[in-house]
Amino acid sequence: MRTRYGLGSLLRELSMIVVAIIFLFPVYVLVSLSFKSAADINAGGLGLPQPVDTSNYPTAWESASIGAAFLNSLTITFGSILLLIVLGSLAAYYLARVSSNVSYGIYILFLVGIILPFQLALVPLYRMMYEAGLLGTYGSMIAFYTGLQLPFTVFLYTGFLRGVPREYGEAALVDGAGHMMSFVRVTFPMLRPITGTVIILNAVFIWNDFLTPLLYLSGSGKETLPVAIYAFVGQYTAEWGLVFASVILAAVPMLAVFLFLQRFVIKGFASGLKG
Amino acid sequence: MHGAAAPTLNRGHHKRRAGRTILPTIWFTIPALVVYLIIVIYPALSGAAYAFTDWSGVGEQLRFVGLENFRKVFTDAQSLAALRNAVALTIFIVFVQNGVGLVLALGVHSKIKSRNVLRTIFFAPAVVSPVVIAFLWKYLFDPRPEEGINAVLGFIGLDFLRQNWLGDPSIALWSIGIMIVWQLAGYSMVIFLAGLQGVPQELHEAASIDGAGGLRRFRSITLPLLAPAITICTLLSVIGGLKLFDQVFALTGGGPGYATETPSTVIYKEAFVYGNYGYSTAIALVLAVVVAAVALVQLKWLRGKEVEA
Repeated sequence: MRTRYGLGSLLRELSMIVVAIIFLFPVYVLVSLSFKSAADINAGGLGLPQPVDTSNYPTAWESASIGAAFLNSLTITFGSILLLIVLGSLAAYYLARVSSNVSYGIYILFLVGIILPFQLALVPLYRMMYEAGLLGTYGSMIAFYTGLQLPFTVFLYTGFLRGVPREYGEAALVDGAGHMMSFVRVTFPMLRPITGTVIILNAVFIWNDFLTPLLYLSGSGKETLPVAIYAFVGQYTAEWGLVFASVILAAVPMLAVFLFLQRFVIKGFASGLKG
Repeated sequence: MHGAAAPTLNRGHHKRRAGRTILPTIWFTIPALVVYLIIVIYPALSGAAYAFTDWSGVGEQLRFVGLENFRKVFTDAQSLAALRNAVALTIFIVFVQNGVGLVLALGVHSKIKSRNVLRTIFFAPAVVSPVVIAFLWKYLFDPRPEEGINAVLGFIGLDFLRQNWLGDPSIALWSIGIMIVWQLAGYSMVIFLAGLQGVPQELHEAASIDGAGGLRRFRSITLPLLAPAITICTLLSVIGGLKLFDQVFALTGGGPGYATETPSTVIYKEAFVYGNYGYSTAIALVLAVVVAAVALVQLKWLRGKEVEA
């Protein structure tokens, strides 16, 4: 029953394309309005921009400080993921290899963090950061994301490590390498597939997160992209051309990464969540 | 821990130095554990404790008030509306987002030529920030007849369907739901696709030879084998739906009235606008208990329905 491309497939193809066009309509509106002048938008209608007005983009870039916000987002995302990989994989190495009550207890404690809504820790942690004088720093955000995403990261690494034969790392140990050396040289390189998933899922989450950076970074000059866009739109409400130019500028980096790495991204999202 | 070497190694040939064990020590997990305890567990536990106080964040003054905050959570019009909205919106998202996602997955998982492009298109919104997506939809939901969705409805002759999408309290919550479905249906699709790729073609062929029609095969073969994907998708949408903040905050701020308020928007306002830290953490504790309970029950119930291919 290997189906060939027949009439059924053609109908299915056409109906899926119709669905895709409906689905893409908001994107068309987004792009076309971003190329319209304020006067053109006020005239109403959803037609193509005539003439094409590119002035929204430089204005949005300047006023929303997109460049600076991009670098802030990059710093925070990169720093958090680096710590998550190091701390998460090391912790998982112990949790996956040692079967004791202590190891199991720690693993369960990490799992609790996957379901626990962070809202419960939100206010006390904000006060802690405030009292430590850390609000408005990259460090506060990196510490926050590392702690918040460790449960999920440890969960992914532990699950994967349980499927990696332990003989390799042990052979290195026997040859006289220390545990750390054996982990770094032998075991960690074997974790590459799950490290890819860890990077992708955490990067998308951290890059797009909003509430905590809004609380910690507003007005500090270290705002991430979502916070910068939020502040910008607050000032320019109803100037849709400008708003949409800023929305596109904010969305493009993540979309570009997605398009280039889409096989890995989709695989990461589809597989990283199996519990 | 000493002497717990793996049985696969022949210890006779390798003399281990004293003090070295084959198993990693607990020090490997200590750094992660410390960060996790400081950033999540300690604040969460103190949040649970503050829920029983009138803490306002000013100085050290706080008083134990027993269940007073919880009495307010379950009698105050705003928090009750927030809980109701969260439940209604979550049910909507669980069924519509995953239903659409499943249909998209079935459509893309076929011989059609555009399947790769379609998959990219449907999934792309899921990687974009919800706040950014919300500003796009703020325009689409413009109440004026010549803007956004209303303009399209007028263009195709469905003027009577025009709505005040975000201004009408009886519609606003569903408008937010529509936006979330648009952004995340592709996410569900991707998880379903992974599940569909695990359904053996032979099963379909065998059933087809036995005379089972398309619908019958879907119900008897595809659906049961998709159960793990259904578990993940519904669990994700339940947790995401109950905790919803970004989209609501950017689109409506909880209004009009309390029509789109969610527990997370109320937690935010009570703490950071009104300084009622104790009351805010009480709502958070209720939310945490609800999320944990629903997630565990759901996991147990859905896991029972899963079968092996």
